[in-house]
Order: sequence, then structure tokens, then C-alpha cells
Amino acid sequence: MREILVRDLGRLGYDEALLVQKDLVERRKQGLIPDQLLIVEHPHVITLGRNGHLENLLANEEVLRRAGIAFHHTDRGGDITYHGPGQIVGYPILDLREWKRDVVAYVRTLEQAIVDTLAEFEIEAARVAGCTGVWVGGKKVAAIGVHISRWVTSHGFALNHTTDLSYFQYIVPCGITKPVTSMRELGSIADRETVTAALARNFASNFQFEAVPALTETF
Amino acid sequence: MIDVVMPQMGESIVEGTLTKWLKKAGEHVERDEPLFEISTDKVDTEIPSPAAGILKDVLVEEGKTVSISTVVGRIDEGAGNGAAAAPAAAPTDAKPAAAKPAPAPPAQTPKAAEPVQQRGPRLVQPPSPQPESAPPATEAEAPSGPLSPLVKKMAREYGIDLRQVKGTGAGGRIGKQDLDAYMSAQGAKTMEQGGAPATSSPAAPAPAAPAMPRAEAPRTRMEPMSTMRQKIAEHMVMSKRTSAHVTTVHKTDMTKIAKLRERHKSEFQQRYGFSLTYLPFVIAATVEAIHDYPIVNASIEGANIIYHNEINIGIAVALENGLIVPVIRNADEKNVTGLQRAVVDLSTRARSRQLKPDEVQGGTFSITNFGSFGSVFATPVINQPQVAILGVGAVEKIPVVIDDAIAIRSVAYLALTFDHRLIDGALADQFTGKVKSILENWSGEIL
Repeated sequence: MREILVRDLGRLGYDEALLVQKDLVERRKQGLIPDQLLIVEHPHVITLGRNGHLENLLANEEVLRRAGIAFHHTDRGGDITYHGPGQIVGYPILDLREWKRDVVAYVRTLEQAIVDTLAEFEIEAARVAGCTGVWVGGKKVAAIGVHISRWVTSHGFALNHTTDLSYFQYIVPCGITKPVTSMRELGSIADRETVTAALARNFASNFQFEAVPALTETF
Repeated sequence: MIDVVMPQMGESIVEGTLTKWLKKAGEHVERDEPLFEISTDKVDTEIPSPAAGILKDVLVEEGKTVSISTVVGRIDEGAGNGAAAAPAAAPTDAKPAAAKPAPAPPAQTPKAAEPVQQRGPRLVQPPSPQPESAPPATEAEAPSGPLSPLVKKMAREYGIDLRQVKGTGAGGRIGKQDLDAYMSAQGAKTMEQGGAPATSSPAAPAPAAPAMPRAEAPRTRMEPMSTMRQKIAEHMVMSKRTSAHVTTVHKTDMTKIAKLRERHKSEFQQRYGFSLTYLPFVIAATVEAIHDYPIVNASIEGANIIYHNEINIGIAVALENGLIVPVIRNADEKNVTGLQRAVVDLSTRARSRQLKPDEVQGGTFSITNFGSFGSVFATPVINQPQVAILGVGAVEKIPVVIDDAIAIRSVAYLALTFDHRLIDGALADQFTGKVKSILENWSGEIL
């Protein structure tokens, strides 16, 4: 039976989250731990994927420092993005060999899990061909960027729940000049726990995990 | 020389962008060491080297997009001797294992890889990323892929020949839902044969048309209880009949623990690979309080009180369709980290049904953490033959009045259900008050 452990680590610095992921990826590769879904919330940070373009960063270091935003180069796919309070960031550590050896199917399924979650909160979201992520009426509500090493995934998705969208002014999100939105802006008043629980559930069902996600944080 | 090719990272993927060489031409690389990175649709993937040796040729530059199976580089396995050896010479002396397609990654399906490998004389794909788009096993063959314990158990219990079941999982793997589908299709037959009770609906005569809304649709559905369910049912009623259940609730300020957790959360996770939660603190406080009030760690035998010298704490773990209470033995010998490790270990194995029988026996006191499901407080049922159980409610931030000022504190309700035959209210409250006081004045360090 494929199991997934869902862990809500709460507020966690981007650096620390990288370390946690690195450690879990290693253990996952060695088969010491089951698949995991980490949920975190980052302090303000702008991250640039390895193949990202620095010109999509619209502010200089000084501006970022004054705004209290950290800046990071990182090894995920995708271009530039912003993380911050009010965003639900999910880092699945999955061994895709136990699911499908297909990175595109993986990304599409991540998107579907988010679309299904949003549907529970009466938000009609969709994928847009050629624009990875989850979109509502031409605005991006969730961004995706993934890293894979020996079929073990890291990084993942960022869903704007109650994100202060003004922070996106400093970047061209994912290098695409399209607006961003959040569940709050779309009229949802659901709290973080409710959305996180729904995400965990939809993630498990879309990836055919048989076990109900266990919030191990509480044990 | 070994060819390094652009791997196929999924069924629908026909090309990939080589974004970064992690080794330069002329550099030595170990087998399985990350060699280059590719990018497909927001996914960056590290590709391990198919062999050990010197990266001789870099044929595809960074930033170029090429179709799968394109040779992107070459590795000289000779690593110095023989230089750019003739194609025929190399494989015989050096590492035939890496060059032959057959002994590649064991469990993986070589089928899909073969056509690619026939194209070049000694084309070796990087070991890890191989497509699993292999044709699903035909029905006549043995069930493909490893079977989960659940599937094996179901097959055994219901006497199902797995060769008859069509798997819909990855690579034709058979999952629980496939067995369910098979069984509902076979429902009528199974019942006729008088075999094990089929899980299909009692509308057995017409299993084929469940979707049709019918006027005389059955109003109920009968399903046998699982063995676990029956045992839980028996135990709960037996406990209620045996003990005089009374519950006392103490409001507990968890702010100190919350801060301690907050401070150590990431480092703890980093160091141990699991989170630090409230539960081990509650266990540690309970164990300490038991030392002062050993009667809550006792049991009743006829007209005698049995005091247990061991403190073995049962931890209720919710399963998909039931409940199990694995036991942390000699919990007084463990610190918070050790208790957290035990909780994670036992609950993980409980959920994957890997507990050994003696790990669910011998408990002398139990703790149930219904707070994890959002409950503020509940009145738990005693786990017989114990005489008390502590329920931990959700830790919530609430406004409280301290010295006539309003402050925000993290608060949880601790609910102790005790057997009033043996324990009186005053002692129960002294005990719970002690647990509360230990938690509120927590002074120990964690890391």
C-alpha cells in the first residue's frame, strides 16, 4: 500500500526548508522513509530557478532589503517567483518510480490536485496549455517548479491563499507577464488549515495514495 | 566509450533541454554521479552518469534542446589507458556489466529500453531514468509488479486468482480498487459457491446494474465488520461495563512548550527527520506525574490492586478504519526526543500494519491525542485493564487574563478519564494538576 506522510511544518525559512528537503530526498532515495508532502509557509523571499532570467527581477538588492525580502538562487525548474506569508507552499518528496516515471504527468497531476482543491472552495481553476501552474480567469493562483534527482522529487507548488499580492510587483512571475491572484482575492474565506487539509486529501487521491493523509505533525 | 543519451522523462516527452553540464569535458565522473541537468516544463532533473570514467566528448551544449535518445556525450571508461579505443575493444576489458543492457536496474522493465539500445552498438541509457511506458502485462501472465500486502491479503481471504485480475496501476500493477472491481463483477458467482462473504452489495442477483435508479432500491446495505472493528466494539462495551468512568478536565497553558517547539522545530526536523510535536512533552509530563501518583498506573484484579513497576504508555493511533494503541515500553527511560521517535515509529508502523503483537500489549496507562483532529476536549474510554487514560485536546491560541492584562497564550485541555472504583476525584485532579504544572513550567532543553 502506498502511503504518504503529510507534514505541516508551519512557518519555515527558505534556507531551512531547502535543508529539510535535501535531507528527506536523501532518505527517500535510500528507501528509509515513505513519500512525503511537506507544507510550509515562507517569510518573504524571491527565488530564481537555475534556468531563470535575472531580468525578471524588477527590483535591485537595496529595494528588496528595504522591503524585507530575501533573494535566493535555487535548483528547481521554472523562472522567478515570490513566496511569503499567506501562501501555502507544498514540497512533495515522492519517488516517482513508485508512481509513474513521467515528469510531465507529475506536473499535470500536481496541477490537477490544486484544481480539485480549489473546486472545493468554489473556485473554478484550470490549467493553461504551455503555462504551467494553476490559473483562474487568466490570473495565476498557484505556481509550480520542480526538481528531480533519481526520480525523487523536491520543490513543488505555491498556492496563493491570502498572499499579499503587492509583493509580486518586484518580479515578472515565472517570466510570464500575466497577473497573479489569490484565494482570498477570489472570494474564499477558508482558513489555512482547511485549505491545507483539502490539499493533502486531493494530493493523495490524485497520486493514488491509498492511505488517508496522516498529519504527523500532531503526533 | 559509453554513449550518454538524452533520457526519456515521460511517455509524452519527445525532447529535453540540456540546461547544465555538471562535469566538464576531461573530468572524471563516477557511475551514478549527477552528470548533467535537463529541463522539461518547469521540471529540472539531474541525470546520473551511466558509467564511471572520463567525460570525453560533450556533444550537446548547454541550452540546446534535443530529441530523446540523442547522444549528448561520451564517457571513456578506460580512464586513461587505451585512450579513444576502437569501439570493439573497450567492452571486453572494462566493466561489461555497465555495457550490457540486461543487468541494468533489476526491477525495471527492460522492454521499453531495448529498441533504443539496439540502435547503437553500445548505447547505454543513464541507469535511473528509464521510461516505464512498458506495455501492461497481459492477463494470462503472472501479476505484474510487486503486490502490496493489502492486495495479497485480500486475494488470500477471498480466494482470488490474481492472474484473473486486470491491474490498472502503474505498469499494470494490481491495486485494491482492481480487486474491488473484480469482486463486484464476480459477486454473484462468489456467493453461489458459498465462499467467504463477498464484499459486494446484497443486491447480488443483479450486480450488473447498480447504476440504474430503481424504484425498489434497497434501503440498507449490509457489510460484515472487520475483525478489528469487532474487537474495538467488544472492548469499548466491556470497558464501559467494567469501569466507573469519570472525566476531569484541566486547562493547561502550553505557551512555554509552544515556544520551545517553535525555536527548535527546523533544527529538530533537520537533525532527526521528523517533527517535534506536543505529544512527547505530554507523555514525559505524564510519566513524571505517575511517579508521584502510581495508582493511576495500576490495574484491578478481583479485590486486589496491582501496581505496575513499569510505566508503559499506550498511544492511540487512528487508522483508516479503526484504532490501535501501540505501547511505548518503559517510557520513563526516554527523553522527549526518544519519546517523539517512539511515537513516530509506532504510529508509522501502525498505519502500515507493521506492528508486532507485543508492541500493542502490556500498556499500563494510555494517552489519546484527539487534539490532532481538532477536538478541544473529549471523554476517552479507558483501555482495559488500565484505570486511567489522558486525552489531549488541540493546542489553541486564546486570549487569557494574566494579572488583569489580556495576553495571548497557547492553551490545551487535558482530559483524564479515570476508573472511580479505584481512583477518587481528588487524586485524579492532583495527578492531572501535576501533569499540567510540569507542562506549564517546562524547564528542560531539547537539543
